[in-house]
Amino acid sequence: MGLADIHDPPLVEIEEGTKILPPNLILTTVNKVVNWSRLSSLWPMTFGLACCAIEMMTAGSSHYDLDRLGIIFRASPRQSDCLIVAGTITKKIAPVVRRVYDQMPEPRYVIAMGSCACTGGIFNTYSTVQGADLFLPVDVYIPGCPPRPEAFIEGLVKLQEKIRREQYRWSYWR
Amino acid sequence: MEPLEIAEKIKEKFPDEVVEVTSFRDQVSVIVKKHKIIKICRYLHDDANLYFDYLADLCGADHLNKKEPRFEVVYHLYSMRHRHRIRLKAQVPEDDPRIDTVTSIWAGANWHERECHDLFGIVFRGHPDLRRVLLPEDWEGYPLRKDYPVKGPEKEWSGFQEVLDKAKQFKEFGWKG
Amino acid sequence: MERISSNQPPLSEARIAAELKTREITLNMGPQHPATHGVLRLVLELDGETVVKCTPYVGYLHRGIEKLGENLTYLAALPLTDRLDYVSAMNNNIGYVNAVERLFGIEVPERAKFIRTMVAEMGRISNHLLWLGTHALDIGAITPFLYVFREREWIMDLFEELCGARLTLSYPRIGGVRNDLSQKFIDSLYEFTEKFPSRVDEYETLLTENRIWLKRTKGIGVISAEEAINLGFSGPTLRGSNVKYDVRKHAPYDAYDKVEFEVPVGFNGDVFDRYMVRIKEMRQANRIIRQCIEKLPKGPIMADAPEFTLQPKDEMMPVTHPAIEHAFYIDEKVCKGCGMCLRACPAKAIFGEKKQPHKIRQELCVACATCYATCPFKNIRIIPGGKGLSEERLKELAESPIPEEIAKAAEHLVKQFTIIRRGPRVPEGELYVATEVPKGELGFYFVSDGRGRPYRMRIRAPSYVHAMALPRLCEGGLVADIISNIGSIDIVLGECDR
Repeated sequence: MGLADIHDPPLVEIEEGTKILPPNLILTTVNKVVNWSRLSSLWPMTFGLACCAIEMMTAGSSHYDLDRLGIIFRASPRQSDCLIVAGTITKKIAPVVRRVYDQMPEPRYVIAMGSCACTGGIFNTYSTVQGADLFLPVDVYIPGCPPRPEAFIEGLVKLQEKIRREQYRWSYWR
Repeated sequence: MEPLEIAEKIKEKFPDEVVEVTSFRDQVSVIVKKHKIIKICRYLHDDANLYFDYLADLCGADHLNKKEPRFEVVYHLYSMRHRHRIRLKAQVPEDDPRIDTVTSIWAGANWHERECHDLFGIVFRGHPDLRRVLLPEDWEGYPLRKDYPVKGPEKEWSGFQEVLDKAKQFKEFGWKG
Repeated sequence: MERISSNQPPLSEARIAAELKTREITLNMGPQHPATHGVLRLVLELDGETVVKCTPYVGYLHRGIEKLGENLTYLAALPLTDRLDYVSAMNNNIGYVNAVERLFGIEVPERAKFIRTMVAEMGRISNHLLWLGTHALDIGAITPFLYVFREREWIMDLFEELCGARLTLSYPRIGGVRNDLSQKFIDSLYEFTEKFPSRVDEYETLLTENRIWLKRTKGIGVISAEEAINLGFSGPTLRGSNVKYDVRKHAPYDAYDKVEFEVPVGFNGDVFDRYMVRIKEMRQANRIIRQCIEKLPKGPIMADAPEFTLQPKDEMMPVTHPAIEHAFYIDEKVCKGCGMCLRACPAKAIFGEKKQPHKIRQELCVACATCYATCPFKNIRIIPGGKGLSEERLKELAESPIPEEIAKAAEHLVKQFTIIRRGPRVPEGELYVATEVPKGELGFYFVSDGRGRPYRMRIRAPSYVHAMALPRLCEGGLVADIISNIGSIDIVLGECDR
């Protein structure tokens, strides 16, 4: 009698691949859970080089709070998820940036913030690298000189969406 | 004291060294030869009526094809006590780009001279630590000279070339999407 | 020090010092460090906690601004100066614009001078707030950091109301300022000046009499007045050592001789005195802004010097307004075929062989007047109301003379083109002008050879000179004092490296 109910449980599919058995059982894939946990607690490493660092600090302060997105700025590359290159990259500091990127453990992402990090900006000179993507694999580009904190937050949200769409970046056999 | 009076005083004390005195918009420049620059600066620093105790700026200028000699080292001096300014320009030729350092008179000239050496290639004799300051130590060329292109020479600096090679090499180990 | 087994006599300090082998550590405070304000690298040689030698390495943000300035016109090089001391961009712009105006020989109207003084002092407050936040954060007081950003956001909102940008402004222009103030801006700014002194009181309550703050800042980094002058210090770093040198009082520019303010000095020359000088400067800046709002005169905001400055666009309306449909026609009898209009046309509507008279294809023409401004022989005719007419009709109309107002507007247009593309005709000479930015004395040295681009643009940056003095301040002190010293000299690497 009561056992007949078990064969047709009231599962509700809220989005593709995720089902909820009310009140407190969620059925989903490991991929989704891993991606969700990564994007909700993205810990960037600040590489504030020039003017964009000021807008990054402003985005982190209380007016445009970043902590509500789960973002805590870490000073060490070994403990961070993504590298935010904010400001002009010169040839003298390029080896340092690359070294910091190499020290980050997987999974790692790179955000190029500001026109100078995207393409060199207004400084087309002998000592400026024309864009971070010459020597780093950039995931999100945020243009602007400097980009407003709202634009910066939009860039971070775009990175979060990119992480949400990833497939099997956690798996051993990738 | 008026700037032209200061220029006159320098001219009386060092008549052989002063090449020219020019004036533009109430600012006077005194162009001198480079050989006795320390004596001139010491006189300007110690004399009680002039008392130039503050070196506001020390820079270089390159006059390729416009004037001989090619380089000039420009000193901007200010006196706190008397509140007057003067500009001193020392001519440095291209085939012998060396001039004496004034760090013994104003300690603040240290890094200004290093920058001048870095960007123009002028050597300061007697400087405690003459290395490149703004560009990497093994950079070749002197950027602020007029014959150096803005975008840089064809050949990349070796340090950056290493970064590019390393990036290419490590790309195969990266996450491929 | 005593040994536990008491047969031996206790070891004396002298014996320890003689027998214990020690070595100095070389520690690299790298370019990437949360406490260095930007990309500054310090190589320290330490004997325990004491700094024996400190070598700063700068140049990690050297972007070649001086070289770039030689290839841009005076107007185009203005946004480069925003990026020098990016914390207070307004003051750098004002320094540059003052230098260029002295070089050109332009007289700025009174209203523009007062507006510039007002926004310069807002920039000064903004800079000192960020300095306070980061300096306190480095030393360990984390609370002021979030509080100063509250005020800084207010000032940035005011800047956005004024000119549309938050950080890199380019609001002061050669000859005046970019646009006039709205009444809403003045009211909000007045409200800011009423509320700001109480906010500074809040910061002082947190820090000035705090025992920990006093221990970390009193007696650290002491430098005497003679040594500071010899090293070339300026600004609050110099005034902390009891030297009353302020460019705003010694060589006033803009409207600083028409407002009353005091220049605070410190007495001991340590980190605490420089902190107090900057706090007092914030209050004085507030006072200056109030006076500027009260004394603001009416009048134009841009100098009347059409040879050098960009004029309001209304003067060129008869030619450039899109509703008035002009046609442009090249007089074939006179055209020499030099090809300058062909290369300049953005719509690629001109065609013709070299040394043959060129023609404008009317259906592609957008009537932007670039060809008119570029033609060195002034052979292009503007035919009012000529859009859509046939070739022969245009040829007839081209013979008749141009109406007066079109001719005047066209002249105006050509002048604007020349100022923007080639730069104005500048008198030859050289000039050094210093202004007081929040960090110290910013000097611009221009050498002009008559063309529209500077022959040599030299920027004397206060942060470069102060960074040079770091070894003098840090050697002999402890490692923790380095952080206090870097904070007190207030360097920004964008300005230091240019």
